[in-house]
Amino acid sequence: MEVKYKKSLGLTDTPLTYCPGCTHGIIHKLVAESLEELGLLGDAVGVASVGCSVFSYLFFNCDMQQAPHGRACAEATGIKRILPDNIVFTYQGDGDLASIGIAETIHAANRGENITVIFVNNAIYGMTGGQMAPTTLIGQKTTTSQDGRTTANHGNPIKISEIFSQIEGVAYLERVAAYDPKRVLRAKAAIKKAFTYQKEKRGFTLIEVLSTCPVNWGKNPVDALKWVKTDMAEVFPLGIFKDKGENNE
Amino acid sequence: MSRILMKGNEAIAVAAIKGGIDAFFGYPITPQNEIPEYLSKHMLLNNKVFVQAESEVAAINMVYGAAGAGARVMTSSSSPGIALKQEGISYMCGAQLPCVIVSVMRGGPGLGGIQPSQADYYQATRGGGNGDYQLIVYAPETIQETIDIMKESFDTADFYRNPVLVLVDGLIGQMMESVDIDKPIKKRSVPKKDYATTGTKNHTGRNTINSLFLDPQELENHNLLLNKKYQTIKQNETKYEMINVEDADYVIVAYGTMSRICRSAIENLQKTGLKVGMIRPISLWPFPKAAFDAIPKSCKGILCAEMSMGQMLDDVLISNNGRHQVGFFGRTGGMVPEPEEIVDAIMNFPDKVVK
Repeated sequence: MEVKYKKSLGLTDTPLTYCPGCTHGIIHKLVAESLEELGLLGDAVGVASVGCSVFSYLFFNCDMQQAPHGRACAEATGIKRILPDNIVFTYQGDGDLASIGIAETIHAANRGENITVIFVNNAIYGMTGGQMAPTTLIGQKTTTSQDGRTTANHGNPIKISEIFSQIEGVAYLERVAAYDPKRVLRAKAAIKKAFTYQKEKRGFTLIEVLSTCPVNWGKNPVDALKWVKTDMAEVFPLGIFKDKGENNE
Repeated sequence: MSRILMKGNEAIAVAAIKGGIDAFFGYPITPQNEIPEYLSKHMLLNNKVFVQAESEVAAINMVYGAAGAGARVMTSSSSPGIALKQEGISYMCGAQLPCVIVSVMRGGPGLGGIQPSQADYYQATRGGGNGDYQLIVYAPETIQETIDIMKESFDTADFYRNPVLVLVDGLIGQMMESVDIDKPIKKRSVPKKDYATTGTKNHTGRNTINSLFLDPQELENHNLLLNKKYQTIKQNETKYEMINVEDADYVIVAYGTMSRICRSAIENLQKTGLKVGMIRPISLWPFPKAAFDAIPKSCKGILCAEMSMGQMLDDVLISNNGRHQVGFFGRTGGMVPEPEEIVDAIMNFPDKVVK
């Protein structure tokens, strides 16, 4: 019998802790498959962050470190400087990366640390129960912006890919999404490219993945996927923001 | 063996290289800047890692990552900077990662000042990070002792898989003394770092570095394991010096810069016919509680002397356990006392007694 599809060797057998309809699971799969297909699982050291993906150190079938909130890129810097030939990646949400950890992330990028950041943006703090994130959209209701986020009170959603595209040390930067099969395949290609660039020691790579949080958004899984496409991608347009390889910079 | 004149901070940096560090991560702050300055050049010359981090918070987390990857790592800072590192320190204790942290104390609280102080005794021994954890804390009083302790501390950290804090003040960091950088130290064999995240192709199984235990029973078990380690450290790693305690009329307890000043004071007091001894804790945690058993019944009092408002005083009171009267002398904010002030404190001991 021919095997057409099986779970990636890059994932352990530990059941995922994510809510129904959340696309963290898909993104985990893409990272795991990419590492497996590139033959990098045995070299990989991942850094789990604080948030919904805090348990990713239990899910990825490679060596893992669990970082304090926001510090994943500092940890990854420490790991990579000691193990320059290993593949080092962080897996961070928008609260972890774009709020408390923005300094660590920007400076790792600016040093051109040869690491890969998987940045999962779902515009909300999921783990703590649906508070406003730096990426929360204007008008979006959260438990700490109950009448909707306003520019006057909270500023506008922060655009990480746009900001990081200005940084010299970044070798590859793409914003992708996981709301339909086409976008999922595109996301995988981006993640694979980031790991390939890291293997080729080209510098800092970051893949921003627009993700869902049906439970805290108050939507069913299908409407949540639609909302990413119609509302989130409007504010956070998909695309390649930087590619040092293709431009031969 | 040759002796050279060396500044305290530079000696710390040289000792770290002699101690075999693979990486240094730090952030500038006075009065410890000569440490990263020296290492920024010499680590690279030795093909080792030096990174000036964007903050103390980032620096300690780089230390965490590198230690988790199996490296011998160090950071250094001063009082407000050590405050920022407390998060990472707690995580490293929780995840059982070794490192050496150098704290060159300055006056506080807040931005405080940049002159020598000992007001971070609580910060070092009680911690500002969360949870039941302990750092191994050494407080040398000379630059030679600082070098020896630095070199030993990397082995100690690796042996126990726990951070070691070397606590000096700005005076030790900034002054120069004659030292032998290659003075032999007691080496200990350290276990192989089979916990390191070096990639699964380099070891059996999957290695994870982690301090998260959501199940309370698991977390309690983890704390019991850590506590067992701390009890072993208490038994084996307590260091102190006793000077003329056995027939002393008064005993001074002082460490670091303050113990240097008290040595001069004790000499001056001898001329008056008073027998004054000293207990000099070298390890602040574990604190040398047993040393207090050697104080004779005839002793009229114990003077705890610190460049703070009285922090080690707590440990002195605990160790004394009500046996003798305890007095306190302190200067703070960067004020370094003259030996005569200690002489006066002993001569007027009743005024100094802690109520």
